[in-house]
Amino acid sequence: MKRTADILAPLLLLLILLVGWQLAARWEVLADLFKIEPFLIPAPTEILNSLWQDRELLADNAWVTFREVVGGFFVALVLGTFCAAVLHVSPLLRRAFYPLVVASQTVPIIVIAPIFVIWFGFGTGPILAIIALICFFPITVNTLDGLATVDPEQRKLMRTLGAGRLQTFTRLEAPTALPYLLSGAKIAVAVAVIGAVFGEWSGASSGLGHLILTANSQLLVPLVFAATFVLSMMAIALFALLALFQRRFAWWGEPGGGQSRSST
Amino acid sequence: MSATVSGPAEASTPIAAPSAEAELEFRSVGHAFGAVEVLDGLDLSLARGETVAIVGPSGCGKTTLLELAAGLSEPLAGRVSVEGCESVDGRLKRCAYMPQRDLLLPWLTAIDNAALSPRLQGLSRERAREAAAPLFERLGLGGFERFRPAELSGGMRQRVAFARTLLTGKPLLLLDEPLAALDAITRADLQEWLIEALEAEPRTVLLVTHDVEEALYVADRVLVLSQRPARVVLEEASPAGRRQGRAETITDSRFVATRERALLALAGERGPR
Repeated sequence: MKRTADILAPLLLLLILLVGWQLAARWEVLADLFKIEPFLIPAPTEILNSLWQDRELLADNAWVTFREVVGGFFVALVLGTFCAAVLHVSPLLRRAFYPLVVASQTVPIIVIAPIFVIWFGFGTGPILAIIALICFFPITVNTLDGLATVDPEQRKLMRTLGAGRLQTFTRLEAPTALPYLLSGAKIAVAVAVIGAVFGEWSGASSGLGHLILTANSQLLVPLVFAATFVLSMMAIALFALLALFQRRFAWWGEPGGGQSRSST
Repeated sequence: MSATVSGPAEASTPIAAPSAEAELEFRSVGHAFGAVEVLDGLDLSLARGETVAIVGPSGCGKTTLLELAAGLSEPLAGRVSVEGCESVDGRLKRCAYMPQRDLLLPWLTAIDNAALSPRLQGLSRERAREAAAPLFERLGLGGFERFRPAELSGGMRQRVAFARTLLTGKPLLLLDEPLAALDAITRADLQEWLIEALEAEPRTVLLVTHDVEEALYVADRVLVLSQRPARVVLEEASPAGRRQGRAETITDSRFVATRERALLALAGERGPR
């Protein structure tokens, strides 16, 4: 009963908002309000129409962006995990590099993106680098935090059980940090699409970000909305996939995890 | 025990002649953390197969004592030896340590948690499980092999932790308040279980507890420690006849008298409030 309400409530709200938007666009309420041409404010049905009419264009560009996002994300996943492991093992390196890791996140991507294009040339290279940079921070910091949550008593116990440093890492520290890593990865994949758009805006000939830019300049507003919708759906799908993975393979990090099967 | 895993390291370490069968020996051991003296001239000796309990006021250095025995730290003064071996590695190889909290790994099943030590020594998961299976039966854990720690009660988790301790295959068990976190009924239950388990799997045991009755009931010998810096202030052989049953044992006049003496010694060490 409660579950149905949990699902219905957000759907109902979404429906109300969409109907409201549809009516506002149809009656040109917003256009009158902002004193702009009505065709600049597309109704949901027009966006839906664009989604269907331009489906091939959207799919082709979505595929490009998807590959960029996944590629950049994996680069960040590998580098971030490795970096976290190294910084965890060596307190000296952690003290030295941690400020740099934080600094990597404070530099505005929108500034970095064109510089990367100058450096790496026009193409997928700079886009991958931008996505990797934006994903690197949440993955590294979360994994590092996860590694630090290991109980010192547990480490001591591993020693008495005959574990060496490497075994303590693989059998205790890495599994403890895995749910944290995946939480970081979820955040990373959600922001990765933003990185992809900035990257494509700075220099690309395809991808959803590029499509948004060109459609915008041609005042194809429904297509802008449709492309944004696809982009957003992509991020949500990737996020959901990681959440599913986390629940399946790293359930112990969640509060109350593993209690689904009761012994009594 | 058939499940004992003797690593190659065991054979390569020469074992010095043990002094008069002493499994564990503390000779005038002193230890301190900074300016705080924890142990002072502590002497202690455990014969092979003996179960010795240590009681003492809280914060008197009981856990420090176990960590010294286990080779997790080095004494600042005196000597600690296990089977005649004084080196840190030698002690680490000979001592199985069971902490107060079960510290089971939540992502492993009960049997994989118990079989952690054989796994760390390089056995495959299947072989490690095979090694643990008979012990699981003997410890009354049969049927719970595939349960995760979160699905087990506190008492069952302690049993799995004890199985994990035994499966290290090491001769000396160091138990640090293994039952302290349990409720009174489960606790009494596990005291009986522990006695039976030690009869089935005889080992040399050093048991730290804050419960005098538990100490006298489970152990052959009880040592009462003083306030920090700790030394032994009373030593009593336990009068518990173990096959009598709990009610008879703990109401037996000799048991009661010994318990009173131990409690008095302990009260004398608590100092003014």
